[in-house]
Amino acid sequence: MDTATPAVTVALHDGEAVIASSSQVDARRHGELLMPAVDRVLKEAGLKIDAVTGIVVGVGPGPYTGLRVGLVTAAAFSSALGVPVHGLCTLDGLAYASGLDEPFAVATDARRKEVYWARYEDSRTRVTDAAVDRPAEIAEGLAGLPVVGAGARLYPEAFPDARDPEHQSAAALAALAAEKLAAGGDGFLEPLPLYLRRPDAQVPKNYKVVTPK
Amino acid sequence: MAADEPLVLGIETSCDETGVGIVHGTTLLADAVASSVDTHARFGGVVPEIASRAHLEAMVPTIERALKTAGISAKDLDGIAVTAGPGLAGALLVGVSAAKAYAYALGKPLYGVNHLASHICVDQLEHGKLPEPTMALLVSGGHSSLLLSSDITSDVRPMGATIDDAAGEAFDKIARVLDLGFPGGPVIDRLAREGDPKAIAFPRGLSGSRDPAYDFSFSGLKTAVARWIEAKRAAGEDVPVRDVAASFQEAVVDVLTRKAVRACKDEGVDHLMIGGGVAANSRLRALAQERCERAGIRLRVPRPGLCTDNGAMVAALGSEMVARNRPASDLELSADSSLPVTDPHVPGAHAHDHDHDHVHEVSKENLYS
Ligand SMILES: [Zn+2]
Repeated sequence: MDTATPAVTVALHDGEAVIASSSQVDARRHGELLMPAVDRVLKEAGLKIDAVTGIVVGVGPGPYTGLRVGLVTAAAFSSALGVPVHGLCTLDGLAYASGLDEPFAVATDARRKEVYWARYEDSRTRVTDAAVDRPAEIAEGLAGLPVVGAGARLYPEAFPDARDPEHQSAAALAALAAEKLAAGGDGFLEPLPLYLRRPDAQVPKNYKVVTPK
Repeated sequence: MAADEPLVLGIETSCDETGVGIVHGTTLLADAVASSVDTHARFGGVVPEIASRAHLEAMVPTIERALKTAGISAKDLDGIAVTAGPGLAGALLVGVSAAKAYAYALGKPLYGVNHLASHICVDQLEHGKLPEPTMALLVSGGHSSLLLSSDITSDVRPMGATIDDAAGEAFDKIARVLDLGFPGGPVIDRLAREGDPKAIAFPRGLSGSRDPAYDFSFSGLKTAVARWIEAKRAAGEDVPVRDVAASFQEAVVDVLTRKAVRACKDEGVDHLMIGGGVAANSRLRALAQERCERAGIRLRVPRPGLCTDNGAMVAALGSEMVARNRPASDLELSADSSLPVTDPHVPGAHAHDHDHDHVHEVSKENLYS
């Protein structure tokens, strides 16, 4: 599952293939949409949740509120079911889904006129850490490269060669995780949030003097 | 403790405490809390994003700790309750999401409950079943309300509330003016014990004969206290911190207790319950006791640890929901930052409540005899 972007996306993978999936794009209702989606996907596959042997969760980067829904759900499932939870960078799911075989970048919407982004050598190989920047500041460095994800479509001047997919899919994330598990289980991240920004916390100014001077 | 009483886990994340409690009927089995209050202290108030991040980190470990303390397996639970609101939206969402995942993974009913009703219901863990009706005075950094409840699972009626600042907020602000740090409640309580509550006559908000009988206002008091301190400082005099603390505190608790006792008398209610973080204030407890005794009202105040936000209070209300056959919430349950106090819980869209007087009577006999 992944809730780091506007997509609330859940998929069930049996080690061979994705057997059911659900994706809804609604940036403001991650909390309401995720668990019914889990239920729908399991029902479609004719399975109960206790058949699940592992959880894969996108750790972001992503705007905080939605991101936390997926992460705390994954952690709670892991605890309640006694199964492991594996973290994957959300951008890696988009990269994997692109199927590109050449250097490219992935960019998602970070709001505040910024994108979360990373560079890839091919659809399985990320070559930079995920970062958050203004499109104009990274456009030159990525000039000539295809850019996958909603961040590219939002800023066509900075990223003229936008490629699919636009949205994250848990199906791609699960397929990538299945590959990693089949290869020995290396390359996962801790299931902890990749915020990339410090919390907005203003120290309140000294109390307002109420006596008129 | 009857064997058939509900075993419920409750999750509370509406503000800066990650609380998980487990109760069996009205018996408290575990009350695990992880607080981010120290992180907020240097900001002088709760920073929502910092609270949400801390909830995510602490959520599952706190649930696991509570289960361990209670010595039960999550599989034995009869339900999972969670604060659905009111509170900080991002903070609530962490608890609601975790509760849904546990409920779904374990195949248990989910109860999204009201934070304020939980503050009232927690007293069942201390003093047994709530009398019906009960008058409740809830005072904390986030709320100051007078509520009347004839059934904590279905009927909570607002009598009055603050029209500006919450009582606890006033404590925090005055503590800041006096450079005493955050949170302000405990330190003002401590200093006030060595001060004279009659030293300075601070105003009693909304206490005129034409003012709303049960509403509160602490903004004018806060301004008056700040102005008094500034005048002292401007004159180059020392501020008598202990007297200021005692006189300010007296003004707050005088109004709170007077209005609460009046509401009880007007409504013919002979029990007053006081909850919320400010209920830990020693002067509030003492004055309420004095005035209730004089008015023939029985006062119920849970121990301080149960007055502040915690998971036990959510579990207590969840347990009552199970006992009274209230409909469970569904998987779409939202975190509602402004959940009305009149909604003690958030039943699922397709749930239909049975005639609740009937259910109430039946469960009363079955579960509390
Ligand atoms: Zn509270």
